[in-house]
Amino acid sequence: MPRIAVIGGGIAGMEAAIRLSNLNFEVDIIEKSFSLGGNVNNWHVLFPDHSPARLLIDQLKNQLRDKVNILLGTEVVRTEYNNQQYILHLSDGTRLTFDAIVITTGFKVFPAQRKEEYGYSIYPNVITSAQLEELFQSEKPIHTADHRMANRIAFIHCVGSRDDKIGNRYCSKVCCVTAVKQAMEVAQRNPGSEIFLFYMDLRMYDRHFEDLYFQAQTQYGIRFVRGRLSEVSEKSDARLYLKLEDTLLGKPLRLTVDLLVLMVGMEPADNSPQLANLFSIPVGTDRFIQPENFHLYKNRTSRPGVFVAGCASGPKSIGETLADARSAAFEVYNFFNNN
Amino acid sequence: MNRGKQLIWQNYQKEIADDHFFYVRSCIRQNFFPGAEATFLRILKDVLQKDVYDDPDHTTCTGIGYHTDIVPLETTMTVVARQFALMTEKGYSHFIPSCVTSFGMYLEILESWHNHPEVLEQVRKYLKEATGRSFELPANIVHASDIIYKFRSEIAQKAKYRLINRYTGQPLRVVEHIGCHYAKMFPHKSVGGAEFPRVLAGIIEEWGGEVIDYPERRHCCGFGFRQYFIKANRGYTFSSVKKKLDSMQPYSPDLIVTNCPGCNVFLDKGQYVISEQEGIVYDENGYGIPVLSSEELAGLVLGFDPWDIGLQVHQVSVEPLLDKMGVEYEPEKKYLGKENIPLGRPLQPTVLKTI
Repeated sequence: MPRIAVIGGGIAGMEAAIRLSNLNFEVDIIEKSFSLGGNVNNWHVLFPDHSPARLLIDQLKNQLRDKVNILLGTEVVRTEYNNQQYILHLSDGTRLTFDAIVITTGFKVFPAQRKEEYGYSIYPNVITSAQLEELFQSEKPIHTADHRMANRIAFIHCVGSRDDKIGNRYCSKVCCVTAVKQAMEVAQRNPGSEIFLFYMDLRMYDRHFEDLYFQAQTQYGIRFVRGRLSEVSEKSDARLYLKLEDTLLGKPLRLTVDLLVLMVGMEPADNSPQLANLFSIPVGTDRFIQPENFHLYKNRTSRPGVFVAGCASGPKSIGETLADARSAAFEVYNFFNNN
Repeated sequence: MNRGKQLIWQNYQKEIADDHFFYVRSCIRQNFFPGAEATFLRILKDVLQKDVYDDPDHTTCTGIGYHTDIVPLETTMTVVARQFALMTEKGYSHFIPSCVTSFGMYLEILESWHNHPEVLEQVRKYLKEATGRSFELPANIVHASDIIYKFRSEIAQKAKYRLINRYTGQPLRVVEHIGCHYAKMFPHKSVGGAEFPRVLAGIIEEWGGEVIDYPERRHCCGFGFRQYFIKANRGYTFSSVKKKLDSMQPYSPDLIVTNCPGCNVFLDKGQYVISEQEGIVYDENGYGIPVLSSEELAGLVLGFDPWDIGLQVHQVSVEPLLDKMGVEYEPEKKYLGKENIPLGRPLQPTVLKTI
């Protein structure tokens, strides 16, 4: 039975491993961190149904149980190709041989300090959407870093996405609806708070997303402003002073808020370009792994026997990621059966 | 110190030459605060024992004319080429502009020549035809404030005074204002980048002061060339000055330090304009907030006589600052020139108190 290496133990890797295992392949997950679940571990509840992220990871783990060999804290450091097999040299010094590879290295959140003018890591009340999810875990109202109730909160969309200046021209897809979901969660925890979302475009592309957007406005009074943030400063009372442009009115505006949430986009995981290099497969100008064909073979790469799934090949929602992982498993199946 | 700022500063470091400098002056600084340039040269030569050449043959960089669309770019480039030719002829390769506008001009032109070598060749031809001169490009080009930053520790070691309020023992609260053309065009040619520049903050902290980060810190001083030089637009200039001063006032700054000659003028003399127009003064005693250049501040901490530095030509009286720092000075000599010849006294503003 062919042995498959799934590199990356996030939800794409877990789902691909489950499906491959169900197809009777022998599967190993090679995960660089010491836990499965990847970025979803850091999320509280998921759009559009507000279901707990933990539940999803637990369900995937349950399905994996006893079926898949899991190597945690392990990275691929070198590859060899010999007799239609891939020999992976791992960071623990071992060497394993596989018949096919599925790369599911996912994404990392955009390091917001690269948008220097937004003051992240300088002003404590500037946080990222990922940090807000961590605050949600406590089930308490949202407070500022200086322990005041956050009564006025602004969300800034497209931080690290659709931004030529920092070199990420692509859309990260999930931030718009995540902002709507998070704004609603803040409104629930901090009743009476004023919440502003500053967006470039609202990309409510999937089922129920528009409903969330509508509910955010009608039920929670969340204000949506088409606008861009220019710069952030801190006032003497630790509140934040924002300079923005209302891009519909074409006018500058200033706003003082207690808390600023930067909707950080996705970038390829740090090890993704290195893996692409090890397997001699191309990455796009956006640094995500390039599939062989965007329509017919989006899980294949230019290298026979090397497949890709999930956010390693570009930003995706959780639903899309899981579907992509299943698709990749089926591609692997076809690869061996057609060969 | 703020770790986030430290991380940003790590990304914006640059080479600053150690010695053998060719110095070019600022049109504005020479006319409004000439003591600042004399102080800079004195610090380099007498305090730091550096070799610096102040060439009497050099001219304006044409920056003001360029930014107001009076001087064509080709002319500006040829004038800049002549400055470099003077540097080359005198055997120097480390170029220090006094002026932030000039610094930006030189960087912009060098970048243009780097990307368009054919333009450089054309300018070489123009200069040769017009003057018979030829030139090398500078090996190192930094702003005068970069030099003060580089030698801030040496200056601190030789300092007579620190930026400490002698009445309270607390650090003086200092606003740092960076000229727009220092880093906003070429952040990687600055110390610390464009958003949180380090060049003046590093100096202030080294000499004992506390840097104030206030909301309108990044805002332009309002000079903006086309704002001030077009008379009808001058309201923009002073509304910018007012916006900045309104924003910094709650922090009760003891001092504003700038690295740009134009900013010095507008933040200093703008306080007079606002006091006359609006009846507002930005310190509790009615004297305004003193505005010094980095060179002037360096001279002050080194113990130079404030009147030799030229602080008497500032609009906002500096005596409250001198008293806080414990600087020894002779009040009666404020308006005496060389050989104690009286310079005359300025007219008194209506609202802003002066000493």
